[in-house]
Amino acid sequence: MQKEVMFAGFGGQGILLSAKLLAYAAMKQGLEVAWVPSYGPEMRGGTAYCTVVISDIRIGSPIIKNPTYLVAMNRPSLEKFAPNVKPGGIVVINSSLIPVRSERDDISELLVPANEEAINLGTVRCANIIVLSAFAAKSGMVDTDILRQCVKDNFASKKKVIPLNMKAFDRGMEIAED
Amino acid sequence: MAKILMKGNEAIGEAAIRAGCLNYFAYPITPQTEVAEYMAKRMPEVNGVFVQGESEVAVGYMIFGAAACGERVMTTSSSPGVSLMSEAISYIAGARCPAVFVNIMRGGPGLGGILPSQGDYFQSTKGGGHGDYRLLVMAPDGVQEIVEMVMMAFPLAEKYRNPVMIVGDGLIGQMMEPVEFPDNLTVKPSNKDAWATNGMDTRGSKEKNIVKSLYLDPEELNNHNLTLKAQYERMKKEEIRFEAYNTDGDYKVLIVSYGTMSRVCKTAIDNMKAKGIETGMIRPKTLFPYPLQAVHDAAAKQSCKAVISIEMSMGQMVEDVERAVLGQKPVSWYGQCGGNVPSPEEVEEQVMALINK
Repeated sequence: MQKEVMFAGFGGQGILLSAKLLAYAAMKQGLEVAWVPSYGPEMRGGTAYCTVVISDIRIGSPIIKNPTYLVAMNRPSLEKFAPNVKPGGIVVINSSLIPVRSERDDISELLVPANEEAINLGTVRCANIIVLSAFAAKSGMVDTDILRQCVKDNFASKKKVIPLNMKAFDRGMEIAED
Repeated sequence: MAKILMKGNEAIGEAAIRAGCLNYFAYPITPQTEVAEYMAKRMPEVNGVFVQGESEVAVGYMIFGAAACGERVMTTSSSPGVSLMSEAISYIAGARCPAVFVNIMRGGPGLGGILPSQGDYFQSTKGGGHGDYRLLVMAPDGVQEIVEMVMMAFPLAEKYRNPVMIVGDGLIGQMMEPVEFPDNLTVKPSNKDAWATNGMDTRGSKEKNIVKSLYLDPEELNNHNLTLKAQYERMKKEEIRFEAYNTDGDYKVLIVSYGTMSRVCKTAIDNMKAKGIETGMIRPKTLFPYPLQAVHDAAAKQSCKAVISIEMSMGQMVEDVERAVLGQKPVSWYGQCGGNVPSPEEVEEQVMALINK
């Protein structure tokens, strides 16, 4: 069974890192995985997006036009990519920055006020981790315990930021479960 | 060893180091700059050398110099950069020095674009530089395979005393996939004492080794060309590599595709199979020497009524496919350029059009 997620937002929002952590977790679970970034000519503040494909068999085409899931961190990303999500899919919306919705009735939406939640925890920089864990909990795409460990491992060289990111991770899980 | 998640570009660097390459020269160019970034960090850790040249022309000759001294050496670049290196590649092939080149192809001609492409098929397999030379050309379809090919490339370059070219595309360079590096790899020592200018005292020899590509005497040059030709003929006997995909069934259409494009074709083939439509594929892993016989035999199958070459170029490999099929069945081409990678649905449409013709 193959599943795909697209993470999209502004450059600097931690899109590539969130997607990478998800890919790590999937690999640790023994799944096949491909992490495919957009690398077009982008300018600072422009859009960035990245796709993660996971599968229990070898992945054929790593280029996905219609992902199962979308995580939109800003409005242009939602408007551009929500129409591509497969029916029955999930769209996670960073409601701190996105005042609109996908306007589709064949997918489910999860609203995560990621920037506000992150600021409450101490810094906006952990917004991507909140969204990542909320997405993982809602979609079940990867095991959240393994993912939590991957987030921890990722910051192994910057130990002082681990507690913050763990709090962010747990907050994202709570939002998804509410 | 456990699997690690790596970008294709980083994996190229690590694979080269593990294959005993301690000399890497390069000039940055999208979409392969991460190789240089990785090597800038890694080479000092293994007492290796990384020099960023002032241009790809200079890098080409840094490769020649190191190779002539018998050092394992690699460079990586992308299409316009490889054009600039092509003069040196011809010299290196003429001087019979082993070296490894990696081209993470982007769209062309000219500066083109920075997105994935397979537009350098002709450049890699039919020339690029001047004169009667060939490169051993390998084309990986993902990060794990590029690791294996980089590690194979060094001993192959030494076996034939010839440059080896690995062609990936921007997607393979930029994508991350899990990779496994072999444990306890024993790096075969180079045969350099027989030909390299590494010093008579160093190798304990009284014979001079001379590295050159200049032969002014016509007979001498003709003989040199015959020696080179003999090596290329030996490659055709010993180095052809390919994968046959879904070729057991009674397919009506045979796809020939390589690299990233072949993975898209595999998805299309699987999707069609689920609907009861068989499609076979030959995926060349070596572009020179080309798996002519494999393509010929797969096309000869009774059920097969058409062959299609699917590539991210305006039709380059299709000429080798025609050369393999030899008119037994109609051969056509499908592809896109500019950084567009055809989708599985688009591949399926092309195959269905051939079936319904």
